[in-house]
Amino acid sequence: MIRQPSWVGTLSGTKQIALNTNNLSLIGFGRLGLTLRPQVRSQLTYLEKKEVAARIAQITTRHELLRFEALREGLEEEMDRDPRVCVMGEDVGRYGGSYKVTKGLAPKYGDLRVLDTPIAENSFTGMAIGSAMIGLRTIIEGMNMGFLLLAFNQISNNCCMLHYTSSGQFTIPVVIRGLGGVERQLGAKHSQRLESYFQSVPGLQMVACSTPYKAKGLMKAAIRSENPVILYEHVLLYNLKERIPDEEYVLSLEEAEVVRPGEHVTILTYSWMRYMQVAKTLVNKGYDPEIIDIRSLKPFDLYTIGNSVKKTHRVLIVEECMRTGGIGASLRAAIIENFWDYLDAPIMCLSSQDVPTPYAGTLEEWTVVQPAQIVTAVEQLCSS
Amino acid sequence: MAIWFTKSRKLHHLLNNMGLFQNLKQSFLIQTLSPKSPFDNIFKNPSSILHNPMTLFSFRHFSSIKAEEQTSGYDNDENQVLDFPGGRVTFTADMRFISESSDKRTNCYCVLDDNGHPIAGSSFQEVSKEIALKMYSAMVTLQIMDTIFYEAQRQGRISFYLTTIGEEAINIASAAALTIDDVIFPQYREPGVLLWRGFTLQEFANQCFGNKADYGKGRQMPIHYGSNKLNYFTVSSPIATQLPHAVGAAYSLKMDGKNACAVTYFGDGGTSEGDFHAALNFAAVMEVPVIFFCRNNGWAISTPTSEQFRCDGAVVRGQAYGIRSIRIDGNDALAVYSAVRAAREMAIRECRPILVEALTYRAGHHSTSDDSTKYRPLDEIEHWRTRRDPVSRFRKWVESNAWWSDLAESELRSDVRKKILQAIQMAEKAEKPSLSNMFTDVYDELPSNLREQERSVRETIERHPENYPLDVPV
Repeated sequence: MIRQPSWVGTLSGTKQIALNTNNLSLIGFGRLGLTLRPQVRSQLTYLEKKEVAARIAQITTRHELLRFEALREGLEEEMDRDPRVCVMGEDVGRYGGSYKVTKGLAPKYGDLRVLDTPIAENSFTGMAIGSAMIGLRTIIEGMNMGFLLLAFNQISNNCCMLHYTSSGQFTIPVVIRGLGGVERQLGAKHSQRLESYFQSVPGLQMVACSTPYKAKGLMKAAIRSENPVILYEHVLLYNLKERIPDEEYVLSLEEAEVVRPGEHVTILTYSWMRYMQVAKTLVNKGYDPEIIDIRSLKPFDLYTIGNSVKKTHRVLIVEECMRTGGIGASLRAAIIENFWDYLDAPIMCLSSQDVPTPYAGTLEEWTVVQPAQIVTAVEQLCSS
Repeated sequence: MAIWFTKSRKLHHLLNNMGLFQNLKQSFLIQTLSPKSPFDNIFKNPSSILHNPMTLFSFRHFSSIKAEEQTSGYDNDENQVLDFPGGRVTFTADMRFISESSDKRTNCYCVLDDNGHPIAGSSFQEVSKEIALKMYSAMVTLQIMDTIFYEAQRQGRISFYLTTIGEEAINIASAAALTIDDVIFPQYREPGVLLWRGFTLQEFANQCFGNKADYGKGRQMPIHYGSNKLNYFTVSSPIATQLPHAVGAAYSLKMDGKNACAVTYFGDGGTSEGDFHAALNFAAVMEVPVIFFCRNNGWAISTPTSEQFRCDGAVVRGQAYGIRSIRIDGNDALAVYSAVRAAREMAIRECRPILVEALTYRAGHHSTSDDSTKYRPLDEIEHWRTRRDPVSRFRKWVESNAWWSDLAESELRSDVRKKILQAIQMAEKAEKPSLSNMFTDVYDELPSNLREQERSVRETIERHPENYPLDVPV
């Protein structure tokens, strides 16, 4: 796996232990948060886990915030920690960003570190790449994910390639924030799903955040990573509220999260799809789905996914990408390649229609996956 | 570590633009354009704004466009003026279109004539004997290196090469005018800059042959040099993508307050790319210390400049973006040296971008994949290669100062030739990079999917060793 920085601990050799519960993927004693690899976590005995959980409950205080605030908090903490961290994008400075993620940062850090750029995505991405080669750690905000298509040349040919072609002489530690997704009636050109286009680009890491807890943790991890990372943020989730720890924490960029453990079927999803209220309906119908938020779109966390497949033997992928060539298509191929023997039924993949997203509300709703479709798919999978 | 000396990127030009205070406080109502209307100018007293330091930094952004007292203004010549976002404009009743071109082309700065004598009245940066001889040797080395590597490609020893024939003065003289701290973002026709900074002939050969000692580990085509030690950023093939990189790097240098600038090179063809427009615009808006060096050599593969753009080269576009620009004779080493020295000083001291357009001629083919006699006359190429050669022009000036001789010339040429041939021989014999280099450096550490792919490749090689080349270590 990609090397973890020194602030990530393992079980052996340290007094600090982390535990993965449903809500806290990352907990730490002391100043720095730690993450625990699934392999190590599984070595903790039941009693050890209980002990740690109790201690954590005592010391961990939390505060409630919305997801865009969580992203901002993550940004602010990293900008405080490392003076090389900058933000570049259209309207990120005075205006505070189109979804208010960078609000308040420009007055605090000055407009050299929170830079408003003219409208030229290819070029401010190029600018971020150039500054990263000299030593800045830049976060690029695409006002909408679709606009990053204009930056595709810089991202594919330069950002992700220069570390390889220069043989490590130049690193490009940029974070590209892609704000996007469907169902805000923003029309076809503002509802692009770029994860399917970027997934082939070598040298790139992709993560999708859903909840405030994950958003903050992934933002911090992405900034600290030495590789170029694209952080996908779904526009419908900006006002999601959650209580997150006061302690500093960072999440792993390559891990998936089991949101709801289950026995009958594995539902793999990410970003907005995570919040389909399907679980209740399915439970009422007598099914026990295991829902996994895959989080890391590139590379896939086949360890967590594999464990789940080995347990349930049935897989349903629910995604927002188009049917053709989306994340689901690649995930399906990866699971078949690695876990074919454990499957009792063909993998089902529910994706968006292969159409440009219409503006009309009802039409838009039916281009993406609906809860009813998920329920039908689970019923089909479990009956075969 | 970035230690920025100012939080605001607007600081440098705030004072220059104080005059705009008054304009912003005026009404934005459009007045009827009646000549000589007897309105008084009612200005708010701007001094209250000056006393409050916060508005000093914020006036440009947060001064609202309020509809205040009805005013209209008159400038000194009694012409009616009015405010629009962006500033004050003088109105005219005369409908006149700005011509698509000016009567005269922009003048070209030149120091030496074709015989190597300084033109009367020319002003230029003095060059010491040591620097001049170093420059001349580097230009000769570059010329010979290009010739021999080109021949090596024709013999099939390397796969590709791209010469700098005709642009030696641009390469070497501009490099000589910069310091090692200035970061270079090249297109691909600037190996001379790297040569000046200390890249050895062996290192050039290693990259072209893609052997184990190549800093790029054999991952790129020949001539895609890069060296972080020498602040020369790895050549990336797409045209003009390095221009925004240079702006970003300059931005970082500005934040650090370093006594260095970013320099980026591109050709006449590169000025047509979207990145050129945006990079220049960004550089001007962000006020960063970057030098945009355009090598206008007349040809973009087979496209002459008459088919590339209809304006007067690259230099006139500088003003369109608010960038100070100059046109120089790119075949005159002293002109290039002086101009780049001056540009560097301005860029760093005033924290602004500078555009330098060097007129020259691409005396060689675009690359070894091109035969330029197909689209331009042979005698034109010969003319530029012989009578307008920058190397011999500079040689004449050096000799006129009694710093050089024919003997020294022949010694230098044979010495360089021997060294290059040796370097090529050694590079050719050296081992190629091993298979593991295919997968490293994609990320900072090898992820699981790449480890798996590497394993799969190795298994295939083990099963079919006859298909794997003998000279590449596994």
